[in-house]
Amino acid sequence: MKIQRFAILPCALLSLIAGHAALAAGDQVVIGDIDDLSGVYADVQGPGGIEAINMAIADFGGTVIGKKITLLSVDHQNKPDIGASKFREWADQNGLNMLIGGSNTGVSIAMSKVAVAKKVAFFAIGAGGASLTGADCTAYTVHYAYDTTALANGTASVIVKQGGKSWFFLTADYAFGTQLQDSATKVVLANGGKVLGAVRVPLGTTDFSSFLLQAQSSGAQVLGLANAGTDFSNSLKGANEFGLTKTMTPAALLAFLSDINSLTLQTAQGLYLTTGWYWDLNEETRAFGKRFFAKMHKEPTMTQAAYYSATLQYLKAVKTVGSTDSDKVMAELKKTKINDMFAKNGYIRADGLMIHTMYVMQVKTPAESKYPWDYYKVIKVMSGEEAFGSQPDPTCPLIK
Amino acid sequence: MTTVFGVPLPAILGQLMLGLVNGSFYALLSLGLAVIFGLLGIVNFAHGAFYMLGAFAAYIGLQAFGVNYWFALLLAPLIVALLGVIIERLFLRHLYRLDPLYGLLLTFGIALIAEGIMRDQFGASGKSYPVPELLRGVFNLGFMVLPIYRAWVVAASVTVCGVTWFLIERTRLGATLRAATENAQLVQAFGINVPLIVMGTYGAGVALAALAGVLAAPVVQVSPLMGSSLVIVVFAVVVIGGMGSIIGAIVSGLALGLIEGLTKVIYPEASNIVVFVIMAVVLIWRPAGLFGKE
Repeated sequence: MKIQRFAILPCALLSLIAGHAALAAGDQVVIGDIDDLSGVYADVQGPGGIEAINMAIADFGGTVIGKKITLLSVDHQNKPDIGASKFREWADQNGLNMLIGGSNTGVSIAMSKVAVAKKVAFFAIGAGGASLTGADCTAYTVHYAYDTTALANGTASVIVKQGGKSWFFLTADYAFGTQLQDSATKVVLANGGKVLGAVRVPLGTTDFSSFLLQAQSSGAQVLGLANAGTDFSNSLKGANEFGLTKTMTPAALLAFLSDINSLTLQTAQGLYLTTGWYWDLNEETRAFGKRFFAKMHKEPTMTQAAYYSATLQYLKAVKTVGSTDSDKVMAELKKTKINDMFAKNGYIRADGLMIHTMYVMQVKTPAESKYPWDYYKVIKVMSGEEAFGSQPDPTCPLIK
Repeated sequence: MTTVFGVPLPAILGQLMLGLVNGSFYALLSLGLAVIFGLLGIVNFAHGAFYMLGAFAAYIGLQAFGVNYWFALLLAPLIVALLGVIIERLFLRHLYRLDPLYGLLLTFGIALIAEGIMRDQFGASGKSYPVPELLRGVFNLGFMVLPIYRAWVVAASVTVCGVTWFLIERTRLGATLRAATENAQLVQAFGINVPLIVMGTYGAGVALAALAGVLAAPVVQVSPLMGSSLVIVVFAVVVIGGMGSIIGAIVSGLALGLIEGLTKVIYPEASNIVVFVIMAVVLIWRPAGLFGKE
């Protein structure tokens, strides 16, 4: 009796798993979201990103080519190995068709390798590193919302042209931070500026005072913050406290609406930053903001809006080609213009980078802000080519 | 200009000053841990969470009830200590006779729950707490600009550490406490309510963590993860000082802050591991810690 029961249990489990996988692969279109859901970047997309994908699925009608659309999501905890192994698991066992990658360039680079191995369309959205469509590019990667090149071409060039010629960088010590610093350095040098120093700070540092002191003694005019999330908030807060913001111009090389909201305008006012989207740009963006706000009680960030847009564009492409075959879908995506509330006449370049308009913003003062979440004023509108460069990245092996 | 290891002297002095500020936080937090471990034998992994809750208590007090910083310094530790006491009564007291590992697991779980709840309520990027009016502005020390608030943190922390050390090592109350941990049954036989003392001690340790949280609120972003990034370092500080040694926690907290400050000028990339390297060296050379009793 006992032996029988032991034998039955694994068999039953196995058949359940096998049955489930077959069902998933056949009858559903599966979208995955691997993001930082609990760490320093969780407010950038996080639960709001999941909501944005769900909104897109609902707007699309919940089915495509006669199959139900389902969403999987998991927290990568900012660890590349977790991101890559979860991606592999979903591709093998759950019939994953498309993956959206959240924050963290390091994790996204690891996941892009899996995208090639498993032939699954991979939309890198939360991550900024330009190498995703450069040295690390793949035939299945789309870099959708922004990248470190565009951030530098926006914020750094505006500040250098306004006379901020000498820079000191506070850099997050991993792929994203160093790529951002490199891009910004190029822009600063190209515009006749110079870099007086840089310090690499471990991710998740809370006390930036030592580094700020080094920045202060460098005598630079501009404090370049090549970091993001809580690192960015804490470094700017420290810069205010030590009086650096009186003698230096802080430049946020990447700041999200969620960061400005948590810092408050009092601390963040006057800051320059570059973004691919803002909820208060036009009627369409405000309409999306309003729907999102009704669910999440905050306005969406650039990347949350991009989550929505990318999901819709992918589903449209699947519908057009009538299949979830990644090669066919990628070909369709690369020849179609993107027109929705996120981008106008956007297009995906041969190296996988989505080219679209970017905005250099300045954070309003508390007096200029007239209503809740009224945080940015547009300083400069950059065409996609101006922001991302007019040629594909030659280091990408896809470009011959 | 005078240089040390190729670094200008004013820069070194500046970093030492900042190291002292960070060391003050380490000292205050590791003091609470040392009190709880030394007297109750509990490895309180929830210490970082209590620090975070202290900061949030101050933030919520200010936003919702208009409680200013100075009252928050008093109120937040009391409220969080009350929470600590409830946890001690409900859960921890069942674990005193068991292996310390159980306490560690329980408090770790409590920390995760507390962080999860606060993240759900306030988001991961946290909230801003303003520097109190009276302490705004900076001192110009010549070699650096020191915000007045940071100087206040050092003064407050050193005072609290001193008072706590005095209470435990030099007063009758402290003597009773230490006796109760050595031989609870004997002390109870003298008519002293040992469970009450134990509960009070845990509450006091938690209050120290919450106080550090209130002190930190104007300096860093008040965020659910502010404690978990600090608690590991603080544990290393306690291990270096000697588990349970009050004076060890204070001295090594301040000293490690200084060493970390120096590392930040000489080789910044190593600044968040230097404490652990020192811990490893100390453990090889003196397994009981610098001030621990073998």
